[in-house]
Amino acid sequence: MSRLGDIVPKVRSKNAGPFWLTIDIFCGTSEVFGRVSNGLQTEAVLRVLQADAGLLKRFDIASLNVVKFSVPRPQVQGTRADRDMHGASFAALVAEMEI
Amino acid sequence: MVKVLIPSGALGLGYDRAALAAGIAEGPDIIAIDGGSTDSGPHYLGTGTSKYSRNSTKAEWRELMAARAEAGVPLLIGTAGTCGADTAVDWLVDITREIAAETGETLKVAILKSGQPAARIAHALGAGRVTPLPPVPEISPEILESCTNIVALAGAEHIQGALETGADIVIAGRTTDTAIISALPLARGCNPGGAWHGAKIGECGALSTTSPNSGTILIEFDTEGFTITPMGAEARATPHTVSAHMLYENSDPYILFEPGGHLDVTDAVYTALDDRRVRVTGSRWVPSGRYTVKLEGARKVGYQTVSLALVRDRRYVENIRQWCDDILAKASAKARERAGDGFEIELRLIGVDATLGALDTAAQSGTEVGVLGIVTAQTEAMAREVAKILNPYLLHHPLTEQEEMPTFAFPFSPPEMNRGVVYEFCLNHVLEIDDPWDAFTLETVEIRA
Repeated sequence: MSRLGDIVPKVRSKNAGPFWLTIDIFCGTSEVFGRVSNGLQTEAVLRVLQADAGLLKRFDIASLNVVKFSVPRPQVQGTRADRDMHGASFAALVAEMEI
Repeated sequence: MVKVLIPSGALGLGYDRAALAAGIAEGPDIIAIDGGSTDSGPHYLGTGTSKYSRNSTKAEWRELMAARAEAGVPLLIGTAGTCGADTAVDWLVDITREIAAETGETLKVAILKSGQPAARIAHALGAGRVTPLPPVPEISPEILESCTNIVALAGAEHIQGALETGADIVIAGRTTDTAIISALPLARGCNPGGAWHGAKIGECGALSTTSPNSGTILIEFDTEGFTITPMGAEARATPHTVSAHMLYENSDPYILFEPGGHLDVTDAVYTALDDRRVRVTGSRWVPSGRYTVKLEGARKVGYQTVSLALVRDRRYVENIRQWCDDILAKASAKARERAGDGFEIELRLIGVDATLGALDTAAQSGTEVGVLGIVTAQTEAMAREVAKILNPYLLHHPLTEQEEMPTFAFPFSPPEMNRGVVYEFCLNHVLEIDDPWDAFTLETVEIRA
């Protein structure tokens, strides 16, 4: 087992509009991409983000060696309960996942 | 062939001057720049104001106006003043007048406004012409009425209308990020899939290249697709940097919805022409039977006052949650007793889990913790009152009754800071209209020195 963040060059999270969060896992090589694409369970990512499975989108993009997840934002951007206006910190939760 | 020069990802963000000059030397047909997005939060749409400094905006706009005069082509900005509300458009028009007065220019300016009266949207809601997008926020005529600003995102048709006036400068309110770039190529018969795809790749300036800070890129559109050329001396576009940009702030990297249809890049082919230019073909535009524009709205939900206390005592740091829970209970009870109901107090632990809250199950604390007290209330006076009731606890609250009164660090006097009105986004909907001009207005003005 390794931390995801230790085997990939970059995990990025951003807003995709005020209502969505999108997480891009840049794997760098096809070998790491294969490992992440096969080893990272969608359910585990949902659990870490406490996100709703119904609206989740997952894209495994071999041409870019990227695995991408989009989920409704845990809190709508800028609401009183939101803690991160640009949504960039959620990447840390995914980078700290074991794979 | 249509050449669109994009100076940077947003006015106010800065760009490399040499890259802009190189772009002008390429003889563009238009200079197009984005003025904003929702990414900085609901305050800007709520207030109808810009997030960037007026001086920075004026300095960069002056340079772009000079570039326009040199190139002799239209200069176009979309989503003026961060949020694209009507007041933000007026703000940039005022800045334009000031610059023209200083430089002695006479200019024809087309002004496109995207602001929506709440009554119009409420009427459309009743007529079944406002459709929610997932995830669906609650909406009602009352919520619409409570919005301080509602805008609709203009599409390529609106920008084309503004360009057809023959204006030197187009200042547009809220538009899609892409419409300002795709409009002219579409009007001149370029490949529609290529026009929208190139617009998406170009909307953040040089972010789709190896040197994001160089800002300026040139996109050449034609009947088959588009070619992107970075203008920064060191910047390179590669099939990887260009195709990876479809991931950026997009929930779906293949599909992009626009007024009147959607872009599908599933079959796009990215080819390196040399070590710095990329050609893209195979992108598809899929027209829709309906013309819909996305809506954004922000409404006032209360007032906030925040206080910050710093805790450096080891025993308190180790027991910080217990300390905060106790403060929250006692301060809330006292505030209800003395100031009345209608407020919320939240304490966030900076240095523990302030960023991610309950999601951060692995959070650990260090030698100190910042305690950020956030009071939200229905009036400004109430928010301040409750913060003033909270402050003595943040300063002196003991963990146990059997100890001397402790004192913690306040970095400021007074410790409470008034944040003013709090706004929230409340629309994730599209509005269906019969004619693109049903919800937008266009006027032209002549600005004389």
